[in-house]
Amino acid sequence: MELFVFIVAGAMVLAGAVGVVLSKHPVHAALSLILTLFGVAVLFVSLQANFLAAVQVIVYAGAIVVLFLFVIMLLGVDNAENLRIEPFKIQRPIAALVGVGISSLVITAAVVSRNAVPPKTGDGLEVLAQNGGADHDGNIRKLARDLFSGHVLAFELTSALLVIAVVGTVVLARKPRKGELDEVAA
Amino acid sequence: MIGAIATPTTTWYLILSAVLFSIGVVGVLVRRNPLVLFMCVELMLNAVNLSFVAFAKKLGDIGGQTTVFFVMVVAAAEVVVGLGIVVAILRRKPNATTDDLAELKG
Repeated sequence: MELFVFIVAGAMVLAGAVGVVLSKHPVHAALSLILTLFGVAVLFVSLQANFLAAVQVIVYAGAIVVLFLFVIMLLGVDNAENLRIEPFKIQRPIAALVGVGISSLVITAAVVSRNAVPPKTGDGLEVLAQNGGADHDGNIRKLARDLFSGHVLAFELTSALLVIAVVGTVVLARKPRKGELDEVAA
Repeated sequence: MIGAIATPTTTWYLILSAVLFSIGVVGVLVRRNPLVLFMCVELMLNAVNLSFVAFAKKLGDIGGQTTVFFVMVVAAAEVVVGLGIVVAILRRKPNATTDDLAELKG
């Protein structure tokens, strides 16, 4: 069963990723990206990361891809890119070489060390329920305990980061007033 | 035979993550539309997130999932700022590709 889920979700992930790279139209690339993100969310569920799977769907597929589509539609940059034009003749062979090199290096490392005995650093991914039985919210509880005990400062800093990012983007993307434009040109 | 390989191990997830990461790398190197470049960066971030979660399962350590949580937050902020820059650039030069964006060159 788990194998079946892995194969289907893995096929979704890879098909979406190839679609992002190969589709001429930015809108099609964004839709392929949604396929990949959903596949990764399914893999998260099968790896006992329930909360992260929900966040993946809500934040990535729900917010980030919608943001991409908004920019594509608002700017009208949805004309297809001609993939046959190659500015540098040798660029694509080198890119393919780099891709194959990185993946084969990491795969070799993973396969060679597959039987290594890992140090047991943690104490499980879930908090058991009071009565010792299964707890459906155990993953969220455990994640929250780790987040708000060891990483409170980082958590608070991310809120500052998000506010700064929003303000900075508003400043970047607003239309400059007349006088400012002359200032920039001068 | 089927029973022997019935459950995918951490290695399988790592291999999938490596392949996903390299597809993202190839996309960044090959594509010239700035928006598609951002999508390929998202592919790479997701590949790394997947390997973090796989290791969290393997080691029984929730720290991997906490890290992925922070990566997601920072990725959201990064996309917002990046798209703001893309909007600002494309408003000035419609249909600019990454080859045209040499304005920071000294």
